[in-house]
Amino acid sequence: MSAAATLKAWVGAALAAPVVWLASAVNVPLKSWQRATGTGGMAAFFLAPNMAIFGIFVLVPLVINFFYSATSGTAYFLQDRSYVGLEQYQRLLDCSNYLDTATCREDLFWKAVHNTGLFVVVQVALMTVVSVVTALILNREIAGRSFWRAVFFFPVLLSPVVTGLIWRWILQRQGLLNLIVHDMGGEPYNWLTDRFWAFTAAVSVSVWAHMGFYTLILLAGLQAIPRDLYEAAEMDGTRPARVFWRITLPLLMPNLLVVIVLALIRAVQIFDEVYVLTGGGPGTSNLYLTQYIYEIGFASLLRNPGLASAASILMGLVLVVLTLLQLQVGRRGERKGARQ
Amino acid sequence: MIRTRTLLAAISVSLLASTSAFAGDVRIMWYSDGVEGDVIQDLLNRFMKDNPDIHVTLDNVAYKVIQEQLPIQLEAGQGPDIARVTNIKELAQHWLDLRPLVADPKYWDDNFGDTLDWMRPDGSKAITGFMTQLTLTGGFANKTLFEQAGVALPGDKATWDDWINAAAEVAKSQQLPAAFAIDRSGHRISGANVSYGANYIGADGKPAKVDDGTKAFVTKLVDWTAEGLMLKDTWVSAAGSTYRAATDDFINAQIPFYYSGSWQVANLSTKIGDSFDWVATGSPCGTAGCSGVKGGAALVAIKYTKNPKDVAKVMDYLASEAIVKEFSERTLFLPAHKGVVAKGGLKWGSADKNVGPALDRFVKAAGETLPAADALPPWKWANAYYAALVTRVSQVMAGELTLDEAWGKIDQDIADKVAEGK
Repeated sequence: MSAAATLKAWVGAALAAPVVWLASAVNVPLKSWQRATGTGGMAAFFLAPNMAIFGIFVLVPLVINFFYSATSGTAYFLQDRSYVGLEQYQRLLDCSNYLDTATCREDLFWKAVHNTGLFVVVQVALMTVVSVVTALILNREIAGRSFWRAVFFFPVLLSPVVTGLIWRWILQRQGLLNLIVHDMGGEPYNWLTDRFWAFTAAVSVSVWAHMGFYTLILLAGLQAIPRDLYEAAEMDGTRPARVFWRITLPLLMPNLLVVIVLALIRAVQIFDEVYVLTGGGPGTSNLYLTQYIYEIGFASLLRNPGLASAASILMGLVLVVLTLLQLQVGRRGERKGARQ
Repeated sequence: MIRTRTLLAAISVSLLASTSAFAGDVRIMWYSDGVEGDVIQDLLNRFMKDNPDIHVTLDNVAYKVIQEQLPIQLEAGQGPDIARVTNIKELAQHWLDLRPLVADPKYWDDNFGDTLDWMRPDGSKAITGFMTQLTLTGGFANKTLFEQAGVALPGDKATWDDWINAAAEVAKSQQLPAAFAIDRSGHRISGANVSYGANYIGADGKPAKVDDGTKAFVTKLVDWTAEGLMLKDTWVSAAGSTYRAATDDFINAQIPFYYSGSWQVANLSTKIGDSFDWVATGSPCGTAGCSGVKGGAALVAIKYTKNPKDVAKVMDYLASEAIVKEFSERTLFLPAHKGVVAKGGLKWGSADKNVGPALDRFVKAAGETLPAADALPPWKWANAYYAALVTRVSQVMAGELTLDEAWGKIDQDIADKVAEGK
């Protein structure tokens, strides 16, 4: 063996030594643990750290939140708050006509519910269509395909607050858009104080910020469709529209359903970028559920932690339903995949 | 044995290092409207040089942090040792009573007696801190724009209508987006409401229902917004009770008249420079008077501090006459210290020719406030009233509520808050 090879072996052994030492040190207790508990016990052992983090930061706050929703007062310590049972829920749900927010005791909550409903419908529909179209384009043999894929994915990497700020600077009264409009001889417009345009901006910015992620999922789906199906369709002289409806869309459906459900969950939770962009305005036309909870729980001078907790639990129930839907969709996709 | 000792020593050191406060450490949570962060740091550096056993850390934070995060920290029994706050009455249960700790409680009573009640629970005789500045809401006019438009500045007893009409003429002549703006804050419009006869406080000390005085001014404000005279962005482009200032619009000469307060003087001076001339106008008149609302920021000691004696030393130093005088002169804030005010001769630290007259105008306006306005700073429910006003009035401006609906909602919001606060 040459001197260089000997040196290499020595260095390798020296570097590996701590790992070997650690592995042998851990090996003894792990072996006894496995002997005592079997493979199930080993799984529990490795899952324990994750479960502890999940328990401390998700489960415990969730349980505490339930207690908060059954109390009233401005104090933050549970022992300083008075028990009111379901009063906060009754207050939130007290409404003569759920379609007319003015008749509701907590009209701002219902305003937020209505706004969130409308936002979810419009944003998810637009997000899905835009993501599908973008994925179809990026799946073609276009020049600079990798570059364009990166361009469309880039906004996903931005912090939502940065996204909101950038678009606020563009859309505000003295913003970039009005500067361009003015330079082209047009009349500058106050986009963010107009209900229609502020909502349009909120939806568009949200789609711009997140479509890259959904496009990526759909792109993976498109690339999994066997090429020979398209070649067969081409040989049969099938029109492109028919190819899309009869081949692409049905085979993309599992991915599309995942995209729709994920977008739905994300849309219900909408907060940061729209909060920075519109502040919930004009008036309350862009006040969404999460902002309502944040305002009433922490930000407003009229803060009410109990009411905020009750509202967040009601919102959580909606998210649970959507998550179950997502799981159902995922399972159906898996079964279909297995059959194929 | 040696290894065990070493291990124990290491654990002790790391435990000590993990505690938030060493003896001699004092943390101040501070926000700035202008240059006061730099000034206070300079004053504290001097204090630390003379008191090497006390280390003061100044945490400069955004005003939003003081408004939104500090109350939560306090409720959890946490927070800094000292904080500069504006929500001084509502959180008074968290302030430390410095009376047994300060060197001379009589000095504090004599010089800050008028405002001590603003920052302690009702009925208490505690010394919890002092006002770093007295503020007064009031207006500013862009004198250059008025001159360019050939419109005379309305006089001392001009009404709100006079000011808005004059500013509208200027805006039309100079092709500005709006005639005026008021900060999105219930505190700012309360002086005007009181000037039209409003009184928020009921006979029992609890919030009264929205009265004709409030209705009179708010109705005008909504009409002015609908007519495009008031800058729509400030009030309409946010939901809830979010605070929005229109300072940048005044600084950028987008509005000829701006209603905010005395704390803006240093900010305007720094940012406007010699771009245009501006004047403080005091508060326009209503049917009952020409009132602004007093207020200000207080420096208060927090009762959860681990070093109360050191905190008292720092507070004694910052509240001393010489330091208050220097702080006021350098920050262009109106002092709350009776001795400093009585001796006069403040040398405002600004070469800006607009600053001196503006501060003098605010001092004059401070003598014109109405009793209903003077009762607001130490009133526990003032913030609830302000928040309900902002939330609902901006909904009216956005076309979501009628004024009649808004009055009912404001009363309900305040009643809910009072019920929660019991």
